[in-house]
Amino acid sequence: MATSAEQQADVSTAVSEDGVLTLTLSGRLDAHTIGRLWRSATLALDRTRPEKVVVDASGVDYCDGAGVGLLLELQRRQRSRGARFDIRGLASEFQALLEQFDAGRLAAPRPRKRARMGLVDEVGFGGTKLWADFYRLVAFVGEMTLALVRAVLHPRQVRWKDTFIMAEKVGVNALPIIILIGGLMGLILGFQSAMTLRDFGAEVFVANLIAVSLFRELGPLITAIILTGRSGSAFAAELGTMTVTEEIDALTTMGLEPMRFLVVPRVIAAVVMMPFLTIFFNFFGLLGGGLVMAWLNVPPVTYVNQVISAVDATDLLGGLLKAFVLGILVAAVGCLRGLQTTTGPTAVGDSTTGAVVSGIVLIAVADAAFAIVYYSLGI
Amino acid sequence: MADQSKAMIRVENLTAGYGDEVIIEDVSFEVARGEVFVIAGSSGVGKSTLLKHMIGLHRPLSGKVFIGGEDMVAAEGEDRLRILSQIGVTYQMDALFGSMSLLENVRLALQEFTDLPTEAMELIAVMKLQLVGLEAAANMMPSELSGGMRKRAAIARAMALDPQVLFLDEPWRGLDPITTAGLEDLILRLAHNLEITFVIVSHELSSILTAADRVGLLDAELKNFVAVGDPRQLKESSADARVQRFFNPRSKPDAAA
Repeated sequence: MATSAEQQADVSTAVSEDGVLTLTLSGRLDAHTIGRLWRSATLALDRTRPEKVVVDASGVDYCDGAGVGLLLELQRRQRSRGARFDIRGLASEFQALLEQFDAGRLAAPRPRKRARMGLVDEVGFGGTKLWADFYRLVAFVGEMTLALVRAVLHPRQVRWKDTFIMAEKVGVNALPIIILIGGLMGLILGFQSAMTLRDFGAEVFVANLIAVSLFRELGPLITAIILTGRSGSAFAAELGTMTVTEEIDALTTMGLEPMRFLVVPRVIAAVVMMPFLTIFFNFFGLLGGGLVMAWLNVPPVTYVNQVISAVDATDLLGGLLKAFVLGILVAAVGCLRGLQTTTGPTAVGDSTTGAVVSGIVLIAVADAAFAIVYYSLGI
Repeated sequence: MADQSKAMIRVENLTAGYGDEVIIEDVSFEVARGEVFVIAGSSGVGKSTLLKHMIGLHRPLSGKVFIGGEDMVAAEGEDRLRILSQIGVTYQMDALFGSMSLLENVRLALQEFTDLPTEAMELIAVMKLQLVGLEAAANMMPSELSGGMRKRAAIARAMALDPQVLFLDEPWRGLDPITTAGLEDLILRLAHNLEITFVIVSHELSSILTAADRVGLLDAELKNFVAVGDPRQLKESSADARVQRFFNPRSKPDAAA
């Protein structure tokens, strides 16, 4: 930068009587200095539209790729009008650089434009994509179910070592966050409901509210969302990276189906750990609620009795069944997105995002389905 | 095993591509047992595509691939597994399993497909590593190795079940001259001593001239081989301009830049 400040470049123009435009370039032609020259030289060319341009470069004492770019641009403009162009006095080393390029083939090819779609096309396109994605998810879940059935029938084929490692990652390592969120959720629920219920002198029913909402709804739901964020994304990233590094291809050609080899251990781990995590979530949620009750001067015995009377085995098991199903969905969609990973630097990131988004959507949809089924069954 | 005599691999009228795009069209060729066949051509002509269709990773649009006389494209289930057990594959990015040591990488196929006692599996795995000169690194993780070592480890893994055919995708890419020569020697040794058939995707001219018995030169426009034959002969005597451009890239004035 310092040199460009010291050494300036300059251009002067002269038009002779027979219509020859002479551009006299001098000084240092590099990316820092030629901006001004570029504008004034091309402007002079456009204004005079000369029959011939002669560039006098004898005063140029440095010229790099950018400087050559200017010369080529002038040459190109002249040629495109069918007019003549000549360079004089360019030092041989710069001449050699100039000769590396072909002015006729420098027009940057037009960027491939994606045809702009109309609204109808866009909706149709999006719909088709969504349908294809749904189709693949269903196919994948089907394939996975088959693999799981096969795993149950031939338990020796399951990679138990991997499954246990996964179970540790998915389950045991998730305990701190499950305990934290569960406890806080109970606390928050307690405080929020206590504010209203206290006006009616019904503080003791805070216990009912916490227990029912945790067991039936919030326990499995929030645990599943945490599982998506922690493990669904991890599955997608792991399998995605393995796809990018061709490890999935390697497994396939070794005759080891990725489904059996990678997906089944992860799904088993998630499905087995999900109900346990939900139980932990519920338990610490109740503890959090218990703190609120203590603060409201409700004796612990009363709280415990109230909780026991509020929920029964159906509530607990209904919630755990939900947890089980949500676990399958989250693990499956995480693995699916991982295996769908394309190539390129953003591919694994996209898969991870996709796993979390699809996971949360599936959780919401499945939860709604459970609500309807449980309601109609009277559970 | 209909024709065990000569052709180990036979590709018949293979047309392949992704989506609507046809990348290779109506390709047919044979590779004999113990032969080193190189699929060559400049970048992006579909060399890896051809390879991936030959090993059954992708389903071709049409055509057949016979390995050891059995149709790879049509095979499913047990048949497919039997064909897969006859082949070993290495990938451009070596594709070693990052969470396993070299020994575990090589041992994996043995664990999954044989009922050998543990010490036998371990011995065989170390043998394979010794074949590529890596027995001392058996307990290292792939991430601890250099690129050339990983390439060799991938070959050891591909050979775990003593396959009759090895498919190598760009084995020489990014290797230094000494490692390159070592890999060439290894391939020639395995082909000549153990009669292993090699199908190699590569555009490394000197390695092709050294190691290949035959080379098939793919062309992007033709979507097929422009020439198949002994690379040394093709280099010397082919009249085809595309073949000459590949083997003697500097002889053309316009390519000299």
